[in-house]
Amino acid sequence: MRAPKENVSSTSSVSVSVSVRNLYKVFGRRPKDAVTQLQSGASRSELGPHETAAVIDASFDVKKGEIFVVMGLSGSGKSTLIRTLNGLLEPTSGSVAVNGIDISNVPAAKLREVRQKNVSMVFQHFALFPHRTVLDNAAYGLEVQGVRRAERLERARKIVNIVGLDGWADKYPSELSGGMQQRVGLARALATETDILLMDEAFSALDPLIRREMQEQLLELQAELGKTIIFITHDLNEAMFLGDRIAVMRNGRIVQIGTPEDILTDPANDYVAQFVQDVDRARVLTAGAVMEPARAVVPLSAGPRSALRVMRDLQAGAAFVLGPGRTLLGVVSDRHVMRQVKSNETDLSRVINQEHASVPADAALVDLFELAVESPLPIAVIDDKRRLLGVIPRVTLLAALGNVPTNTTPINIIEPVSIIPDAELDAMLASPELTSAAASTEGTLA
Amino acid sequence: MITDFRLPLGDLVSDGIDVLTDSLRPLFDLIRLVLVSLYEAVEFVLLSPPFWAIIIIAAALAYFVKGWKFAAGTIVGLFVIVGVNQWENSMASLALVLVASAIAIAISVPLGIVAARSNRASATIRPILDFLQTMPAFVYLVPALILFRVGVVPGIVATIVFAMAPGVRFTELGIRGVDKEVVEAGHAFGSSPWRILRQIQLPLAMPTIMAGINQVIMLSLSMVVIAGLVGGGGLGSDVVQALSRIDVALGFEAGLSVVIIAIYLDRLTAALSGKRRTMWTPWRTKATITEAAPSPAPAAATADARVGASV
Repeated sequence: MRAPKENVSSTSSVSVSVSVRNLYKVFGRRPKDAVTQLQSGASRSELGPHETAAVIDASFDVKKGEIFVVMGLSGSGKSTLIRTLNGLLEPTSGSVAVNGIDISNVPAAKLREVRQKNVSMVFQHFALFPHRTVLDNAAYGLEVQGVRRAERLERARKIVNIVGLDGWADKYPSELSGGMQQRVGLARALATETDILLMDEAFSALDPLIRREMQEQLLELQAELGKTIIFITHDLNEAMFLGDRIAVMRNGRIVQIGTPEDILTDPANDYVAQFVQDVDRARVLTAGAVMEPARAVVPLSAGPRSALRVMRDLQAGAAFVLGPGRTLLGVVSDRHVMRQVKSNETDLSRVINQEHASVPADAALVDLFELAVESPLPIAVIDDKRRLLGVIPRVTLLAALGNVPTNTTPINIIEPVSIIPDAELDAMLASPELTSAAASTEGTLA
Repeated sequence: MITDFRLPLGDLVSDGIDVLTDSLRPLFDLIRLVLVSLYEAVEFVLLSPPFWAIIIIAAALAYFVKGWKFAAGTIVGLFVIVGVNQWENSMASLALVLVASAIAIAISVPLGIVAARSNRASATIRPILDFLQTMPAFVYLVPALILFRVGVVPGIVATIVFAMAPGVRFTELGIRGVDKEVVEAGHAFGSSPWRILRQIQLPLAMPTIMAGINQVIMLSLSMVVIAGLVGGGGLGSDVVQALSRIDVALGFEAGLSVVIIAIYLDRLTAALSGKRRTMWTPWRTKATITEAAPSPAPAAATADARVGASV
């Protein structure tokens, strides 16, 4: 996944929506010659003065139902690339297959049919028809398909409502704000009910607040509709927020394809690394990606004495208590456990505090800050069966944001630090009941 | 030595016209017949009703496209024409202008479309237009006279040739000026080129095309007087007469009638193109947008909800 070229075995697979193979797009007088030059190893700058290579040797597959983001700076060839996917530009060399149909060499009529039924598009500057109402704009694709007027207006009205423009259907685009205009653009694309959606810098012309809102709305819609979306952007944060997978482009070449976390944590080269430097890591990284193994844990069956021993060894003031199958039951603090030991109680469950912070593994770090502030304990990361997967101490959270490699060199701090003097604990643990319980704890933790 | 040599360009063109006259006589006779009948039909429509009926119709048209001020001005202007006894001449000239500009538009708009769609066509058409537009208008009269004989037809033909250029230019400009992304959107949804032309390019280029049509009509009017030289009749013949007799009074009256008709047609067509434009750029947008723009609150709310859900 990390290599520039993806290793793909089958093209006919049903789960692949768009398949691009060795795609070149060169503008200029002698594009074919330029492709031959590039194929034999010439770089983009070595081409003749009249040839511009916009896309060089791009190969990738977009899976059905995923959001595939193509990211790069202006001039990286991303807008050219997306226009070859619906035949607005013809590839100079290589092939593009949409739902199994090779569109790189088909007659115009067939290409129009593919555009009507398989691929629709949302544009950077909205590209709405200014002389048509919102509703007529949204119905355009259906009109081209030849759907009867009453039916297409009804279907368009539904979509207009879905994108949140109820009450605006009879306005003209110039009466709408930018965000609303792009909702019309989205409605126009969705109304055709094609399963592939091309979005060319669709939110780049919007101001940041509206952009954020549109991104969130797109994800909501996507969860509902399950389209295959190919999204072009120059904004890495947007790419990271939206993309299931991201292709990073530079100077016409795809330099890395991978999940947002792949690209953030394991950039393919210096260029990508430099690019991801400024990304809002808190929104991309998930709890699962930065968590550390939980060490201050005791099984419920271990009893107060061995729990205290564990905390003593780790210099921790609290520990997570696990039930059968590593399910997280709660937290015990050293003070409570010590009281139990003093009064010779054996049931740890009576002092378990269940009000501790826990999050699923796919929670974004940005959502953890508040919990980290409120809770003195590391945040527990659990799966859907409440099994403890790991913990995120505050230090880890900070280290992840600062791009300190937490996973390779663990930071040796356990929170919260115990406040009970060592001597008192040692005295407590020196009593005869210790040995058997401690042995069972060690076994569980290993 | 050098003075002996002469490019025989003029002779070549003259010979060419001779060949045309000899070989295509029936064709030119047919064209002449068609143009004469068109002209006479329009003239009949304009002259058979009483003059006040035409004035009422013109004023109603003026009121409809622009407003009561324009309508009032129309009534005053046309009554002035009646007052100086130039009504019949004016209607004859108007008929010539209408026929000539209708034909010029019918030729120039499609040519403009072709020029807009192909750079090669544009490169071919442009120098021809330059030629047609800058060649002194009188020069067209000579071959037109030979091909179509004296009368209204050489006037109409010379007018068409002279007035066509802005129609082509404005149409090309208008279509090329349509937002590329909007045209691309048409393609992206699978429209045929014909549908894109009809539903996107022509409607969006219409204000510019209308400006071109306005120019075509104005140029046609300016040719009316020249058409008088070849027996075109109407106001032109009176102007020519005034010129040969040094008759200032007649010349002024006929000239003023041309001006009145010109102003009427200009404001009428300008108002038509302006009207189309306002249809999709209403003036009230700014205020409504700021009020209606969705507040950022929902975004924050969803983010909170996500945090809540994940705990």
